[in-house]
Amino acid sequence: MTEADAGFVVFDRVQKSYDGETLVVKDLNLSIGKGEFLTMLGPSGSGKTTCLMMLAGFESATHGEILLDGHPINNIPPHKRGIGMVFQNYALFPHMTVAENLAFPLEVRKIGKSEREAKVKRALEMVQMGAFGGRRPAQLSGGQQQRIALARALVFEPELVLMDEPLGALDKQLREHMQFEITRLAHSLGITTVYVTHDQTEALTMSDRVAVFDDGRIQQLAPPDLLYEAPENSFVAQFIGENNTLEGTVENITDGVAVVRLDDGELIDAKPVNVSKPGERTLVSIRPERVEIDKSRLSPGVHTVHAEVLEFIYMGDIYRTRLRVAGNEDFVIKTRNAPDQRRLRPGEHIEIGWLPEDCRALDA
Amino acid sequence: MSKDGPVLAADGRPLKHSLRRALRAEKMRALALIAPLLIFILITFIAPIGSMLFRSVENEIVPDTLPRATKALQGWDQSAGIPPDEDIFAAMAYDLVIAAERKLHTRLGTRLNYEYTGISSIFRKTGRRVDDFGEAYQDALTGLNPAWKSPGTWVSLMTAPDERARPGAAAELLPETSDLYQSFARLVRDEGDDLSEERPWAPVYAALVRDLRQTDQAVLESYSGPQAALLSEAKAALPDFPVTTFREEFLTADEGWADPQVWATIQAFSGDYTSGYFLNSVDLRKTPDGVAPQPEDERIYIMLFKRTLIMSMIIMGSCVLLGYPIAYLLSNLPLRTSNLLLILVLLPFWTSLLVRTSSWKVLLQQQGVINDVLVWSGLISDAGRLVMINNQTGTIIAMTHILLPFMILPLYSVMKTIPPTYVRAAKSLGATNWTAFWRVYFPQSVPGIGAGCILVFILAIGYYITPELVGGTKGVFISNRIAYHISSSLNWGLAAALGSILLAAVLILYWVYDRLVGIDNVSLG
Ligand SMILES: Nc1ncnc2c1ncn2[C@@H]1O[C@H](COP(=O)(O)OP(=O)(O)O)[C@@H](O)[C@H]1O
Ligand SMILES: [Mg+2]
Repeated sequence: MTEADAGFVVFDRVQKSYDGETLVVKDLNLSIGKGEFLTMLGPSGSGKTTCLMMLAGFESATHGEILLDGHPINNIPPHKRGIGMVFQNYALFPHMTVAENLAFPLEVRKIGKSEREAKVKRALEMVQMGAFGGRRPAQLSGGQQQRIALARALVFEPELVLMDEPLGALDKQLREHMQFEITRLAHSLGITTVYVTHDQTEALTMSDRVAVFDDGRIQQLAPPDLLYEAPENSFVAQFIGENNTLEGTVENITDGVAVVRLDDGELIDAKPVNVSKPGERTLVSIRPERVEIDKSRLSPGVHTVHAEVLEFIYMGDIYRTRLRVAGNEDFVIKTRNAPDQRRLRPGEHIEIGWLPEDCRALDA
Repeated sequence: MSKDGPVLAADGRPLKHSLRRALRAEKMRALALIAPLLIFILITFIAPIGSMLFRSVENEIVPDTLPRATKALQGWDQSAGIPPDEDIFAAMAYDLVIAAERKLHTRLGTRLNYEYTGISSIFRKTGRRVDDFGEAYQDALTGLNPAWKSPGTWVSLMTAPDERARPGAAAELLPETSDLYQSFARLVRDEGDDLSEERPWAPVYAALVRDLRQTDQAVLESYSGPQAALLSEAKAALPDFPVTTFREEFLTADEGWADPQVWATIQAFSGDYTSGYFLNSVDLRKTPDGVAPQPEDERIYIMLFKRTLIMSMIIMGSCVLLGYPIAYLLSNLPLRTSNLLLILVLLPFWTSLLVRTSSWKVLLQQQGVINDVLVWSGLISDAGRLVMINNQTGTIIAMTHILLPFMILPLYSVMKTIPPTYVRAAKSLGATNWTAFWRVYFPQSVPGIGAGCILVFILAIGYYITPELVGGTKGVFISNRIAYHISSSLNWGLAAALGSILLAAVLILYWVYDRLVGIDNVSLG
């Protein structure tokens, strides 16, 4: 990889197989910059944890090389890598107090008692848990344990911190609060963070960049806004946010606009992303909030599609309407709740359209 | 909760009250559920243990069998070193003749023999002849007047006319005779015989002579009850009677009665309860002069207790050493493999204990498999075959093998619950493999070690069959001695005392363990 020197953490053509038959991680190339907050997002079983474990040193790469700050670390045991880690179930040592848990990484690094105590104190205060040093982990709530686990992973001042679904066990409100806390800490300390989650909201709100995993491959690596607005393939489009898909065949591509004939014969405009020539099968993807139902607001000459209203849901800030479009009964549109907004009624027949650049013709 | 308004007032008492009532109902329900098991345990477990504890101090056989003699001996001073006087011999004769009739004297002899060797045979020999003690007086009285031969004479003299079971008018005049005759009468009735057809034993005649000698002429003359004439006649003839004493009769029966130690032993063990068994259990004995150590060659119990404790500890320790790695391995294997291996661990449970122990004999003996292999491979010479059985080594090897599953299972079930992420977390924090194990994994497995140790130790401390079979003389445990006293020497009191001490030792160790490790930290899974 050419930008190997640029990356603080580099996965170079890494493969991993547990059983020698199937590859759990297939040809992973990834470069993470210093101080970056990178999230690995993907469905369960897509190989995220495996990647993290290879980085931490608990699994070895079957093929390829992992570099940390320019040095290959394949043969360095986990305890010498100096990587902080937060586990999903926190893994706080139950037989030690909170302070002892935090002092543990300092103790094994032979740091003197007074310095140790100062650092533990500072780390506890950093996560606003200063008063809890004498407690046992079992005496803390889930959110408090989470903070301690975070503090423990940071107390020895690692340059790289790995977190494997650290908020998975918390309730929604606490999770949102902790998302904010973690990003704040990561940025203020300037540490590089590799964060694993299967929750796309979490990934979008926290990260500098998101690597979407599926089937042992990175499907797309991009900042959150690009990921949402410009998914590079239909998996990413489906996985991130809400998304409508329509199947069809490319009719022609002119001036960067592809005309796609849907399976029921209608024509639509789309931006060619993964298609290059007429006759190719494609899956077009369009976000619900980018669908226009007011024909007057569309530029003249664009194709519109016929739709039948199946369901109308009032959600307060938005209206959510389910349509049947070209045989797809799960076509959803979202419209803003504004004074002039139309409320569609089930059974109504309408014409819908969109800007060509909002509709992406992806791989079938 | 009750509805009468102010019950839930700030003082809180009525609230507590109703809460307690609610809890009581719950408790009763719980109690009802465990009642069957509780009763079963009470009958099959608590009661036998209670009875064993009781038996270890119980001594009623002595005062019950020798009521007169133990009472008479109270005033005797054993320190003078001379046998007691005639009154005590008489009391002993009365007790013994009754005991012999009831066939209790041999059991009593056995009991006292635990305390002073030889008493058993003295009692046995004397018991055979005691109903002839005082025969000279019987002959003299019947010679004087044949009426003494007739059971009817005795009945009218000794029992109340209206009710034969009550002492007659002569009871006050002839206390010893009356006392003995009452016992005689009770025995006859118990056997379903007719009192008016049974002539009393010779000692009753002797008692009569003793009573008459004690009685003032004047008192006798004032007596107007049945057979007054017969009594006066006998009293008048007393000087012509032959002079014999119970003492002589006893000494003729067995010279042992001249030994003051015999009497001192009876005196020392005349109470309903005794500490004697417990003293014996710790190599002490109760002597007339107080507590003294057993003779050198009879001191075995302290040594046995020590050996049992030390060897149980060694067995426990080797079980930890051997079991911990196995349990660790098992808990880290995939479930399918570990289940298979676990079956191997449990396999010994499915073969008879006897078979397993015997196979150790085959393996370990001097002409056994292990020695043969070592000799064949040239590691040891034929003359230098290792002695691995019928000693402590044999016991330790065999018992470690037998008790190992009891260590592995609790360890395994505890280790199974320790998530691997803890060790990973430790390593990610910079701990080496060893530090991660020692500081993080090991402390969490301690409850399993605790449970396994308690289990193995308590099982080992009371183990019996294996030490018996492979322990020889050097490798036997205290339990083998207990079994010996239960089934061979029949000294149940001593067995009970030894057992009680063993029980107490286990409880104390349990308590100490609780203080050190905390019993809450023990987990069987
Ligand atoms: N220790 C292991 N041994 C064998 N297969 C494993 C192991 N860990 C994970 N896998 C397999 O590898 C794949 C990826 O797992 P993982 O990396 O945990 O995915 P994710 O964290 O994205 O859910 C899964 O199919 C899983 O079954
Ligand atoms: Mg995972």
